[in-house]
Amino acid sequence: MTAAARALAAPLARASELPGAAFLLAALAAGFALASPEFLSPRNLSNIALQSAALIIVSLGMTLVILTEGIDLSVGAVLGLCGVVMSLLLVSHGVSLPLAIAAAVLVGVAAGMGNGALVAYAGMPPFIVTLGVYGITQSLAMVLTAGNSVTGLPPAVRWFNEGLWLGVPVPLLALGALFAVTWVLLYRTRFGRYVFAIGGNRRALELAGVPVRAWLVAVYAYAGLLAALASFITTSRMNAAHPTIAIGLEFDAIAAVILGGTSFEKGNGGIWGTLVGALAVAVLRNGLNLVGLSTEWQVAVVGLVIVSAVALDALRGRA
Amino acid sequence: MIAAVQRLPAEVAFVVFTRTAFVAALVTLLAVASPHFLTTDNMVIVLRQAALQFLMSAGLTLVVLTGGIDLSIGAVLGLAACLGAGFIAQGMVVTGILLALGAGLACGLVNGALVAYVGIPAFIATYGMLWVAHGLGYVFMKGEVIHGFPAAFRTLGAGFVGSIPVPVLIGAALLLVLHVVLHLTRFGRALYAIGGNALAARLTGMPVKRHLVTVYALSGVLAALAGLVVIARVNAADSGTGEELLLTAIAAVCLGGTSLFGGAGGIVGTAIGSVILALVVNGMNMLSIATFWQAFAMGVIVILAVLADVSFKRRMS
Repeated sequence: MTAAARALAAPLARASELPGAAFLLAALAAGFALASPEFLSPRNLSNIALQSAALIIVSLGMTLVILTEGIDLSVGAVLGLCGVVMSLLLVSHGVSLPLAIAAAVLVGVAAGMGNGALVAYAGMPPFIVTLGVYGITQSLAMVLTAGNSVTGLPPAVRWFNEGLWLGVPVPLLALGALFAVTWVLLYRTRFGRYVFAIGGNRRALELAGVPVRAWLVAVYAYAGLLAALASFITTSRMNAAHPTIAIGLEFDAIAAVILGGTSFEKGNGGIWGTLVGALAVAVLRNGLNLVGLSTEWQVAVVGLVIVSAVALDALRGRA
Repeated sequence: MIAAVQRLPAEVAFVVFTRTAFVAALVTLLAVASPHFLTTDNMVIVLRQAALQFLMSAGLTLVVLTGGIDLSIGAVLGLAACLGAGFIAQGMVVTGILLALGAGLACGLVNGALVAYVGIPAFIATYGMLWVAHGLGYVFMKGEVIHGFPAAFRTLGAGFVGSIPVPVLIGAALLLVLHVVLHLTRFGRALYAIGGNALAARLTGMPVKRHLVTVYALSGVLAALAGLVVIARVNAADSGTGEELLLTAIAAVCLGGTSLFGGAGGIVGTAIGSVILALVVNGMNMLSIATFWQAFAMGVIVILAVLADVSFKRRMS
């Protein structure tokens, strides 16, 4: 094989390893670009980027959880509670912004640690733990707000969504920074190697004397932390906090992770796939909006897409 | 082999003891807190609430016995109820009921096929179905509410035979049938075997995949039935019907002592779990605690019930 042929073959071989999400994303983008002239406009593209920032941030944490053969159904509710806590402290209690942020982060991490402790130390199934915590955090957010939105936030909060730093919108900066941090954690530290190993063969790791349980708690805590950080962007974007603002976000995040090629059972996958998967979900929602499909249909369509993606993944794994 | 997958006597004793203690504490507390609690009228209300709860949790119990889960029951309940409600409100009661049950059956069959034949983890397949059914319910209703059903249909949820509410009779009949199915039929015993050890069950020649599809289909149909009873009681249906019922349904199964890992438990436990939860909800209402707290209570109960069982099992082994 000549050098030129090899240079051509390498990217092709890599393309076949791309998760289905990359092809889905390309197909969706092409389809929507044809269906709606507005889709490729700079305004809409920046809209997609800003809209998907919170989703991608939450999906990063979900990727780590799923890599350990877990699931976190509570992230949407936790995100909602974090936003409510921060906003109530700011609006009703006159707390300073840094302190309110710290409190919200604390809530997110605490919820994540609760999830992790029950999964790791008590040995409970992750979906039941996180479903229970979903109920608890959702209920707390409703109780704290009596089911209403918290409005009248100080103008400084807007900065999380509208601010610019060196000409780049803050949500995208936050996304880039958190992606980089997660990348380093996952691919350059012991923590990351254990995340993959826990999903691949937890028993072997335990026999080797690794404190698997403590690392699992860290994984769920990190997912909770990311939900808290995403809540600042969401709250800022709406300029209000609502207890149910992010209910269903966990579903988009799970869809993003699975579309991105991370598997539930083998400890396979990674965050590049998740990035593409989350963009595919965001483009799907944005495009369905542009072509005039109601939110009701979107819920059903995204549900169908995720089930089909998992089904394909399962069938391909068997072949 | 059947004996091997049943609970050890000590485990049964543990489940019975913890639940009895919980109910005793709860009833004492509520009886002291409110003079209306221990009245016949209120007990009838509690039983009716428990029956509605049980209709939803009954199918789920069968699924959990096989080591699976059905997260879609709340959404399927809502979708089936909405589809049926359109016809029922126009007087076509039988068509509406058949349509609702058919929708539940269809959702359940898809769940079962995805789990048994495609091999998707049950919580993912049924979680996807949750959103598909939820979305379709929204699409169908377009945010509207269907209300005003014929009196004959309303009997299903709001009627009485003597002094016993109709839902209680439906629940009792279902309890009897499912108990007999679980313990006296080959299908019922197979569910325990599948939950105990699916591979072993397959090697002994059981049609594991077909049984799994049947179980998820039953879960869908029973969710639809629960949906019909719910809308008959409140005399209205909207796309949000059933949304909050999932966590409570799982709580009833866990409280009833059916193991989330499959292979152990039973339908009688779920009936008792449903009564306990109805007492909790009724008590919260009696004490005028805001309904916002109910999801909190359900979350805590689910976690505590599973936590207690898991840690007890660990100590035993």
